[in-house]
Amino acid sequence: MQFVDEFRDQAAVIAAIQAIRLRASRRWTLMEVCGGQTHALLKSGIADELEDLIELLHGPGCPVCVTSTERIDAAIGLAQRPGVLLTAFGDMFRVPGSQMSLAGARSAGAAVRPVYSPLDALAWAQRNPRQEVVFFAVGFETTAPATALAVLQAERLGIKNFSVLAAHVCVQPAMEAILGAPDNRVQAFLAAGHVCAVVGYRQYAELAARYHTPIVVTGFEPYDLTIGLLACIEQLESGRCDVQNCYPRVVAEDGNPSALRIVSQVYETCDRDWRGFGLLRGGGLRIRPDYAEFDAERRFAMPAEKAEEPGRCRGGEVLSGRIKPTACAAFGIECTPDRPLGAPMVSSEGACAAYFHYRGLRLPHSAAPRQVQS
Amino acid sequence: MILKNSQYLLSGERFTMCLGIPGRLVAWLDRDPLLARAEVEFAGVRRVCHLACVPEAEVGDYVLVHAGVAIRRVDSAGAERLIAEIDPVMRAEPREGDDAIR
Repeated sequence: MQFVDEFRDQAAVIAAIQAIRLRASRRWTLMEVCGGQTHALLKSGIADELEDLIELLHGPGCPVCVTSTERIDAAIGLAQRPGVLLTAFGDMFRVPGSQMSLAGARSAGAAVRPVYSPLDALAWAQRNPRQEVVFFAVGFETTAPATALAVLQAERLGIKNFSVLAAHVCVQPAMEAILGAPDNRVQAFLAAGHVCAVVGYRQYAELAARYHTPIVVTGFEPYDLTIGLLACIEQLESGRCDVQNCYPRVVAEDGNPSALRIVSQVYETCDRDWRGFGLLRGGGLRIRPDYAEFDAERRFAMPAEKAEEPGRCRGGEVLSGRIKPTACAAFGIECTPDRPLGAPMVSSEGACAAYFHYRGLRLPHSAAPRQVQS
Repeated sequence: MILKNSQYLLSGERFTMCLGIPGRLVAWLDRDPLLARAEVEFAGVRRVCHLACVPEAEVGDYVLVHAGVAIRRVDSAGAERLIAEIDPVMRAEPREGDDAIR
């Protein structure tokens, strides 16, 4: 067992889809929280196959997408300082800031470098002691252990030229904001499997009960996703609202205590501005004062800036599940992965990019009349 | 295909934020609680990963790696448990009137 192929088995997926067809007596509205799952559902064709029975609202689980323009501008500002090398996950590079993207800053001469891991950025800092290496820490709870570990290792190894610009976000306050919104349509959640791998799912019980909404933890392979959808439908049809774990090979109720220890040693929760949601209480992680020397914000005394969100991008509405990407007039015309107006079209977890790549042959609703006219 | 996929996914330029890839622990290199590192194999591709979050993992175990850091030991019993749990739901008999739905 390699824990990949077994969960891509076509016959098993088809059997699960048939089980959903048998169970669903009406059409239900579900939200998959994680953008990785959005992509997998569209790419595998599961979303299309079940469209008549399940309306999928795509959730905010794309850290690149919810990172505010101010944070991106702050990262670019750091990259432009002499002697600083800004490192970031490749996904961040083409996300537009208020003036330019990190990629744009790089072509204009700023020192920016993509890395696969924050530990790679740390190793770079160790090899280049005269360069100030900053890691732009974007990501959910899934990623926080890796960036926290980089800080702890830097301290242990005495690496003084490494710091982290923390932009971590926590997913639960966003789920709460969605359920609490007066126009909420979500009837059940597929919870993000790899966030739960770290933080577990015990904390969801209260949320599920308060809003009478099933929350099903699941993974990213086609079988995981169909089983997760089936579990949601089963609960909705029988009037239950439990927290259910359909990803037990990776997720335990209490998450990963070793990883959580590392995260809480370095980070504390804070309020954070999310694109599409505004300020979310407890929606982010910041570096504790004990590790101030590794906190880029304290180290470089950065000016507080307020940036406007890009005007023509409706990414905020897409991220909170209010509209589908194709409802945006710019989708596929003004805004494409090559020339994105906003983050959801850039990121490999963004819903707009998923629609563009995997639903390419369908004309976007709002675009169709325009093309006929011209 | 899977081999190519792993290489693609492990490169910095094309990073998927919440992606976790299961790989097999081949050899421990360092078991220091903070600097723990091991060689992990992903469908034929070997890479050194940080294992501070899964100190309990042993050679032969599968670990879920995200951004160069193993964030969970994959529980094979868990995988089998799910299949056992879900089996009855999958075999559920159609209820009356279900034919109409398809």
